[in-house]
Amino acid sequence: MLKLRDGIIELYKKVATSVPNDVEEALKNAYSRETSPLAKGSMEIILSNISLARTTSRPICQDTGFPVFFIKVPKGISHQLVKETVIEATRIATKKVPLRPNAVDIVTGKNTGDNTGDHFPLIYMDETEDQSLSVDLMLKGGGCENLGQTYKLPAELRVEGYSVMESNLPNAERNNTITVLAERDFDGVRKCVLDAVFKAQGKGCPPYTIGVAIGGAKDQVAFLSKRQLMRRITDNNPDNQIAELEQKILSDINTLGIGAAGMGGETTAIGVKIGTGHRHPASYFVDVSFSCWANRRGRLIW
Amino acid sequence: MVNGSSVRRLKTPLTKDDALSLKTGDVVLISGRIVTGRDRVHQFLFHERPDKREIPFDLEGGIIYHCGPIITPSLALPLKGGGVGGGKLIAAGPTTSMRVEMYEADVIKSYGIRGIIGKGGMGDKTLTALKEYGCVYLHTISGAAAYLADRIKGVAGGWKIEEFGEPEAMWLLDVEDFPAMVTMDAHGNSLHKEIERLSFERLKEMMA
Repeated sequence: MLKLRDGIIELYKKVATSVPNDVEEALKNAYSRETSPLAKGSMEIILSNISLARTTSRPICQDTGFPVFFIKVPKGISHQLVKETVIEATRIATKKVPLRPNAVDIVTGKNTGDNTGDHFPLIYMDETEDQSLSVDLMLKGGGCENLGQTYKLPAELRVEGYSVMESNLPNAERNNTITVLAERDFDGVRKCVLDAVFKAQGKGCPPYTIGVAIGGAKDQVAFLSKRQLMRRITDNNPDNQIAELEQKILSDINTLGIGAAGMGGETTAIGVKIGTGHRHPASYFVDVSFSCWANRRGRLIW
Repeated sequence: MVNGSSVRRLKTPLTKDDALSLKTGDVVLISGRIVTGRDRVHQFLFHERPDKREIPFDLEGGIIYHCGPIITPSLALPLKGGGVGGGKLIAAGPTTSMRVEMYEADVIKSYGIRGIIGKGGMGDKTLTALKEYGCVYLHTISGAAAYLADRIKGVAGGWKIEEFGEPEAMWLLDVEDFPAMVTMDAHGNSLHKEIERLSFERLKEMMA
């Protein structure tokens, strides 16, 4: 387990100090397409920050996030032992990388100082038929995590537009609240995601990657939507209808004009990834998870 | 930072005239000292209202940076009020400003703040306070933590490190040509609001 521990420490370092190739490529493509000077200027700084962090081995973002692990364990290896190894590796990596200590006690308000605590890091484990153990790590920024939304369809979405502080706008533009009916179909799902992105604006570091889940239980969809953020930007959903929905929602999001760093522009999101689970007849949940542009994820095979 | 915008060099502390002279879209390069403050610091200043003399840093004319940096804590220099100085900065980008919306107007008023650096913009309550007291909101690039840390030359001090934790402490930073853009000015203008307005018009079409 000592080697596994050291492997996880290295994984922390890699994930904190770089973004995966597919994310960097998507950002570069967005940069070359961008026509808004403000958004282009922001993307330029984002891209130079990525290479600066890589060459100096420093974290890409000061928020090294909430560590989330998705681990597949071969038969016969103790899950408890793997969990203890992850926690030990987290303590060491916090000092070594370094990571920002992010685990705060709910009762005392104290920061534990080493990124470990109750359900922190978050560890999901499954058993696998494979011979090797695989560890997927996501370092999930807090700003984008806060933008997540859960919807229960059918729903009447009330979207409040910009506020009119001073009435220097023409009357026609002052009608700034709309009510949208989101039904139990893919169009309803699309409306929920657009609502979430509109509410997010530039608060969580766009261009975003958006994870969506449709299903029948609160925790099922929360898990699944976050799990989608581990998918490559370039992958294709095996279900054609869902793949089509992903493309449609992505193109709608990118008409909103929120743009890189929320300063306007053509790329508000670089990817939309949708996962599904069977639902109960009474329920139709849609959950939306956001990742900031620094979608930091990586895999260790052991 | 962006072609075509005017670039202004600012030196802290700022005067009211400095704040009033800035317009949305202006790019600024800040030199001098800025102080970090995020969720806990704002909640503390709002509720506990510590006297200015209790705070080891002079906030008058100051700039608050919404940031929870990564700092290697080699802190040795004692400051008045129990603060310490020293340490090395590793990464220091902005955090989401909107979370302190309910506190910021009061903090600007009570402590004479002339500039707020953050990301994502703030709401009407803050925009009103910027106008009323003469202060600006400066947007800097979200997630550009290594890039921005290189514009910070040193850590002059820290306060409430043990109590609030390292990310949420108040850190006094020496900056040189720290880049940002005025996105909310002291005259009631907000670029964030403008983007929100345009995106709402597009949203309405797509929801129809």
